[in-house]
Amino acid sequence: MQAQQKKNLITFVSDVIRWNLRGGFGFQLFRIVLFGIMGLGIYAYSFQARYGLSVTGMNDVVSWGFYISNFTFLVGVAAAAVMLILPAYIFHDPGFHRVVIIGEGVAVGAIIMCLSFILVDLGGPLQAWHLIPGIGLFNFPSSILAWDVLVLNGYLLLNALVPAYILYSHYMGRKADERKYRPFVFLSIFWAFSIHMVTAFLYQGLPARPFWNNPLMGPRFLASAFAAGPALITLILAVIHSSTTYKIERNVFNKLRLIIVISAIINLLMLFSEIFKEFYFPTHHSSSAIYLFFGMDGHNSLVPWIWTSVCVNLMATLVLAFNPGKNNPKVLLPACFFLFVAIWMEKGIGLIVPGLIPSPLGEVVDYLPTWVELCVTLGIFALGVTVVTWLVRAALIIEQDYGDIPDAK
Amino acid sequence: MSSDKKDQNEKICSQLLASKSNRRDFIKTMSIAAAAGSAALTAGCIPSANAASSEEMKLRWQEFFKENYRMMTQEEKDETVARLERLAKLRNNLDLQMSSLPPIEGVLYGYAFNITRCEGFMECVSACVKENNLDRKTDTQYIRIFEMEPGKLDPSTGDGQYYHEVPVENKFYMGTQCFHCENAPCTKACPTKATWMEPDGIVVVDYDWCIGCRYCQAACPYYGRRFNWGQAEIPKEEITLKQHYLGNRLRPKGKMEKCTFCIQRTRKGRLPACVEACPTGARVFGNLLDPDSEIRFVLKNKKVFRMKEEIGTDPKFWYFID
Ligand code: SF4
Ligand code: SF4
Repeated sequence: MQAQQKKNLITFVSDVIRWNLRGGFGFQLFRIVLFGIMGLGIYAYSFQARYGLSVTGMNDVVSWGFYISNFTFLVGVAAAAVMLILPAYIFHDPGFHRVVIIGEGVAVGAIIMCLSFILVDLGGPLQAWHLIPGIGLFNFPSSILAWDVLVLNGYLLLNALVPAYILYSHYMGRKADERKYRPFVFLSIFWAFSIHMVTAFLYQGLPARPFWNNPLMGPRFLASAFAAGPALITLILAVIHSSTTYKIERNVFNKLRLIIVISAIINLLMLFSEIFKEFYFPTHHSSSAIYLFFGMDGHNSLVPWIWTSVCVNLMATLVLAFNPGKNNPKVLLPACFFLFVAIWMEKGIGLIVPGLIPSPLGEVVDYLPTWVELCVTLGIFALGVTVVTWLVRAALIIEQDYGDIPDAK
Repeated sequence: MSSDKKDQNEKICSQLLASKSNRRDFIKTMSIAAAAGSAALTAGCIPSANAASSEEMKLRWQEFFKENYRMMTQEEKDETVARLERLAKLRNNLDLQMSSLPPIEGVLYGYAFNITRCEGFMECVSACVKENNLDRKTDTQYIRIFEMEPGKLDPSTGDGQYYHEVPVENKFYMGTQCFHCENAPCTKACPTKATWMEPDGIVVVDYDWCIGCRYCQAACPYYGRRFNWGQAEIPKEEITLKQHYLGNRLRPKGKMEKCTFCIQRTRKGRLPACVEACPTGARVFGNLLDPDSEIRFVLKNKKVFRMKEEIGTDPKFWYFID
């Protein structure tokens, strides 16, 4: 009782930090490696800060590259947390209720990575305050990028505050009052769709770029995200299940597999629909797709990339759908991994770069990221993984040691 | 020094108290506070800092916290221009004259390009590079000239990299640049309103407000925009010193730039450098609102067309055939 009373917000934060500094040798090593990679990213970024974006592979034709590609893909991963939130909070699936907090942690990590990618892509990061409504000058509602800034930050807040409130209540030995957070849960569900659609509209709204200016963009974004995101979450859950005492029910994995399979099939259908439109009767609007799938004027750096992605995607989807190993995780987990990578290849570089090639005046150039871009990107990934592990670790300790009081239903 | 600082601190406090908490005041207060702080910092903490560099620091801070050009009063515009002139002097010993001349009433600029006359000499390109202080290192060019096959009117079918004697028999030449669209997708896209159309129809960029996100570049259907990927390099003796805030002043790295119809010249009633340089008279520039202007004559009497009319961007740049 005494100990209970001494707990407050400050001990909450310090406990979270303390738990995270504990851990076995392997865990500490993992941490240090992540910090090392982040350091590498900062070192690489220092070149960019000094010499500008000229140290990247981008140019006036391919004006967005690896950063924006990763940003686009990760928005999808962030939104995929909704696939856990929906069953957990709306359908009160008890299995999902146990893992939803992990999904939210992944969402927070992904959004932080998204915002970092935007920041490193800016030519004038010191002027980023021009974007803050009130102090800067916000081109709202006209600019879709302004919308995107709003929805991403909003989603970050929602996904950080709701779990923080629930965890804090559990930490204090109280029940989390569902009436208080339920409206925000609903909001975050709609919000998850909105970050997707808005990010898709970013590209879809540009008549200058026929490859993007396509009404299927938004829905395809959703479908691919709802395949890639849950695939990643499955992998993370499997790691947690096998390396901690926090056990996850079998049926959660089964249901996730179902979600992944359905989304992946819808995604493939839409992909074929797009390919059909571009190649059955190619117009001058198809040149980006021709560049992407077959190369153009001797430039074909993306051709192996996209075909690898399509093939791996197809294989992984088939494996997940037909489940040849009879739920054997040794078959399903690699399939999830490959599906995730395939969608990353396609929804990242495979979507952004060809949209800019050929230029509106017909120039074709190839784009290759430089070591600076690669290292900065790695650094941001390490940052994201760090954020996710910190959050998830704290959440699991609280849920296990303090959370035996079930929430009011 | 200390009494100076006290004075400034008092000024800051009174400013804070009196502020009506609107944006302009906030930014002003911030910039004063920052300037005071930085002046104190350089004077106090960095012993080797001489007077000139502390002045430079102060100016840079004030520049950093200034507003979007469109939100400035004429007085503030004059102040920033004076600061930029002084900074150029301090940093590079350049005596430039920068203007913040507003648009002329009753003027809407338009451009026409005679594809029958153009012979592909690219005099316009070099004149533009020189006039607008374009980066020589990466060979930035606002104007592109395409060598076209007869029967084609879309520059993407032409050759934009030709390097041989011109004119070539049975080819014609087509120039592109920013078309200053009336319904410009680029200005719509910009998240910070760092690019906009002025009342005289010129689409400009506030280089100091731009955050370098390049969304406008993706939105432009005509490849009209150029980005400062690195710091531009121009031999000092070649820098055009007569500048405009929205025009040919030296751009920092990481900012978007584009053709401004030579705003520094045209607002003073002169012609853009490309028009003046063209040896064949293929380029026509003028006031669309003046019924007696040459551009109106062309629009009325020649067969004109615009590029990618179907997108609805409404460019103020027409091609015509004699
Ligand atoms: S040509 Fe491009 S940059 Fe120029 S106004 Fe039109 S859209 Fe904007
Ligand atoms: S690059 Fe600059 S002008 Fe272009 S959209 Fe971004 S902030 Fe606006």
